[in-house]
Amino acid sequence: MLILECPYCGVKAEETELAPGGEAHLKRFGPGSPDEDFEAYMFARKNPKGVHFERWRHAYGCGKWFLAARCTATLEVFGTYPAQTTEPPADIVAKIMAKRPDWKGYK
Amino acid sequence: MSTRLAKGGRLIDRAAPQDFTFNGKRLRGFKGDTLAAALLANDQMLVGRSFKYHRPRGIVASGAEEPNALVNMGEGGRFEPNQRTTTTELFDGLTCTSQNHFPSLEFDIGVLNNYAARFLPAGFYYKTFIHPRAAWKHVFEPIIRQSAGLGKVPKDRDADRYEQAYAFCDLLITGGGIAGLQAALTAGKAGKRVWLMEQTAHWGGRAPVDGVEIDGTPAEAWVKNAVQALEAMENVTMRLRCMAAGSYDHGYVLADEKVADHTPGDGRPRHRLWRIRAGQIIAATGAIERPLSFAGNDIPGVMLAAAMRDYLVNWAVAPGDRTVVVTNNDDAYRTAIALKEAGLEVPVILDARATVTGDLPAKARALGIRVEAGKAIAKVKGGKRVTSVAICAQAGQGAVLEEIACDAVAMSGGWSPVVHLWSHCGGKLNWDAAQAHFAPDPARPPLNHDGSALVVTAGAASGVLLAGDVLANATAAAGGDVAPVASGPVEAAMEPVWVMPQGATIDLRMKMWLDYQNDVKVSDVQLAAREGYSSVEHTKRYTTLGMATDQGKLSNINGLAVLADSLSSPIPQVGTTTFRPPYTPVTFGALAGEARGDIFQPLRQTPIHAWHEAHNAYFEPVGLWRRPYCYPRPGETHEQAVHREVVNTRTNVGLLDASTLGKIIVKGPDAGKFLDMLYTNVMSNLGIGKCRYGLMCSEQGFLSDDGVVARIDEDTWLCHTTSGGADRIHAWMEDWLQCEWWDWQVYTANVTEQFAQIAVVGPNARKVLEKLGGMDVSKEALPFMQWADGEMGGFRVRAYRISFSGELSYEIAVPASEGRAFWDALVTAGAEFGMMPYGTEGLHVLRAEKGFIMIGDETDGTVIPQDLNLGWAISKKKADYLGKRGQERPFLASPDRWKLVGLETLDGSVIPDGSIAPAPGTNANGQRNTQGRVTSTYYSPTLKRGIAMGLVKGGLSRVGETIEMTRLDGSTLQVKIVDPVFYDKEGEKQNV
Ligand SMILES: [Zn+2]
Repeated sequence: MLILECPYCGVKAEETELAPGGEAHLKRFGPGSPDEDFEAYMFARKNPKGVHFERWRHAYGCGKWFLAARCTATLEVFGTYPAQTTEPPADIVAKIMAKRPDWKGYK
Repeated sequence: MSTRLAKGGRLIDRAAPQDFTFNGKRLRGFKGDTLAAALLANDQMLVGRSFKYHRPRGIVASGAEEPNALVNMGEGGRFEPNQRTTTTELFDGLTCTSQNHFPSLEFDIGVLNNYAARFLPAGFYYKTFIHPRAAWKHVFEPIIRQSAGLGKVPKDRDADRYEQAYAFCDLLITGGGIAGLQAALTAGKAGKRVWLMEQTAHWGGRAPVDGVEIDGTPAEAWVKNAVQALEAMENVTMRLRCMAAGSYDHGYVLADEKVADHTPGDGRPRHRLWRIRAGQIIAATGAIERPLSFAGNDIPGVMLAAAMRDYLVNWAVAPGDRTVVVTNNDDAYRTAIALKEAGLEVPVILDARATVTGDLPAKARALGIRVEAGKAIAKVKGGKRVTSVAICAQAGQGAVLEEIACDAVAMSGGWSPVVHLWSHCGGKLNWDAAQAHFAPDPARPPLNHDGSALVVTAGAASGVLLAGDVLANATAAAGGDVAPVASGPVEAAMEPVWVMPQGATIDLRMKMWLDYQNDVKVSDVQLAAREGYSSVEHTKRYTTLGMATDQGKLSNINGLAVLADSLSSPIPQVGTTTFRPPYTPVTFGALAGEARGDIFQPLRQTPIHAWHEAHNAYFEPVGLWRRPYCYPRPGETHEQAVHREVVNTRTNVGLLDASTLGKIIVKGPDAGKFLDMLYTNVMSNLGIGKCRYGLMCSEQGFLSDDGVVARIDEDTWLCHTTSGGADRIHAWMEDWLQCEWWDWQVYTANVTEQFAQIAVVGPNARKVLEKLGGMDVSKEALPFMQWADGEMGGFRVRAYRISFSGELSYEIAVPASEGRAFWDALVTAGAEFGMMPYGTEGLHVLRAEKGFIMIGDETDGTVIPQDLNLGWAISKKKADYLGKRGQERPFLASPDRWKLVGLETLDGSVIPDGSIAPAPGTNANGQRNTQGRVTSTYYSPTLKRGIAMGLVKGGLSRVGETIEMTRLDGSTLQVKIVDPVFYDKEGEKQNV
């Protein structure tokens, strides 16, 4: 039962208030795209033991989708931020780098 | 024998006798007794039988770690099996019976398994599962079924109620011994919101029993003062009888409060399950004493040394008259001293250590107790009760030096910290070789969301066992720096003893129990090691070590030490099994809480629900909705009712409560563009006032939902979804709008519950509405696939000319608050036109007769619209829509895909649900090939024969062919492939 702070309404939301949406920062590939790109978009998921970027919806709260950076092994949360972005914010990346020097980056 | 002493007992009230029965025997105890204490006070040492060999089992422990003394508690609606007598508070009128025996506790024929022990070795189940199969079916399984099972399953509905509650705190402290109390005092004074819970009915833990002195006063008085001080703090909440069952992510803790176990039927909830969110957790959960592995260590009368001390001091119960103490540490001397001081006999203390020094042995010797260093128990003798012990040297193979008569044995193999709450959420352990136990590694704690330590241990749970160290450790854990001072005797180091004697022969090792409940012996673990089980997790499952209801609280460390020795590996390398919640079992009632019966889950009801109930509707669940399946009349079966409703709708007029249909408003300058991405066809060019059927697919291209879309105005569309799909589709829309096309100006609102929607369906539909009066509903004013706002019978309505039945049909939406009144008005207006309500099954038959697909019947998440001959609803012009790329995958264009067809039997009978069409040959897994299956099958009262839809390889190209199908029972039938539209193929009836 994680707690994630919704970056929209500021509520520290229990997992039961949230709906999970899988890996964040996927790039959509539409009609005509190569098989490899579509496969990566549709099926290839990182599932790391460590730093992970995830999509969550504050489903039983404000209804907004947001993104979370957390460690799947220790459950440490590095930060949450609005979904309207294509890459993790610099401050969260810096925080992760400080705590996980071996981290290879979100891609 | 075990008896109640004439005086003493710090927890009992001798003025309050409590009568209870055990196996029908009337017995008496005192208020403050545990059931185990009261049984022992009545010389009832034999309390059960073991799981596998049905060996006599006595009480071993005094707390949650008890593996043996489990009973069936209560009767009728309060019957519950596997209740630990050591944690059950006695109350007047308690009834209980022993478990695992046939026909009686005293005489159990299952004990024959005991003599067959060499045929029931480690891994017995696995070995017999494999071969011979016939033996398992005819020999092993019947025997095991007869003899197995811990307790009986309750038969009656639970008479009690349970509740759940939420709590939030800065600091949750679990364990109300001196460590927990000291941590709470420290944090409470610092102003933190503190929760302190203790699983027993008393504060103070072991310290008062062990005679500890704190700051110059007896522990008993210190505990009393501490509790008073804490009770006076507004920021501290204290709960007795409350067991922290598990710690989870980010400080979430489940705790089971046994509110009324000891006062059944007093009106309070039996248990209260606390769902706590704590900023930090201090586990002050103490330590558990380990048994020693010597032959006959399971004979009733053999007890943990500290448990025996508990019975003596807390409840004035002497488990035996003559007690032999056997130990590898100084702590057990406290028991010998307490027994001696109570006037009981201690013929000898057998200490496995070669040299015995220290204050406590000195005191024991001073009291005249014989202390034998370097000695061990070769064997305990006795059947249902200890009669004597044979003594040997710990260093040898078990040659008997002497036999001493006794009726009880107090054993101590050292102490293991209770690390469950630490380990549940990832805290790591270190092996402490000096104390021979695993203790939390403060450097590797479980982490909170911010990376700080989520759990800290305090006191014995940290691995510190002396009172002074406990208090210092607990103070530090709570952030304090001034700890009370505790004085006590100096204790010499313990010495690990995993097998007694060290070189015990196999016949002795076969009588050394590790897991009392599951009958796992030293020899079983050694056999598992010889058979190649080197992982402790595998050994656990192979031998069932630690898999009983006590989850190995007593057996785990001893078992893995034996395993490590057998593998010649160091203990830390072998490691522990995983600690999983709950710490002790939590009854299902508490986990269910109030969610049972009528409030098992929230139900959704339409505004017309009460009318349906009043008119004998038979309901079916559709998601959380309850929808009328049919409205049976007196004497009608459900099937007859459905047929009547269908025929009446086709010939007169039917009325359907369609309020559950999903209704989502999509609005904004980019709404049309958005809907063109969402649906497979074009919605942006839909004319205002018009309706269009549309399909939605997942990104993989599979059909996900369908429904009619209405264009309301320039930038507003109303999307109908399936009844079960409204919330999911609304969330799907929001996902794309918020996460992918966040610059598009679109607003969505799920207004499903804001409107009641009623379908008026059948040849007389228009007459009913005209009778009601108001807006023009003629073919010219409101043609098929159009909608109009207006007024009807005085109601504000939005009428859609859409049809899911093939009949002349209007779906009319009114504000939810007016839904019932409008329904009533329709019922009145429709009376003269033969109108009847119809339910969801009638709706299904009507749509199947027309060949209309149903999401969830014809689709299963692997079906694309093209499979259902719905290619016409897929735009060829659009550059993109959700699912378009997925549908470009070559396998979806294969001519071998199963496609929608109609199916009918040659004799007009109904094809059974679940029928499949086999094909010649087998697949790569050796399974029979198939070429199709039934997706919907009904009796059509309109056509008076069975009709069905199905997905068949080749689809409509095979119309006219007859294929064989197999029913679920394996029998076959001949089925003809036909067009899926069975009724009114030209679609004339809906367009009138
Ligand atoms: Zn929110």
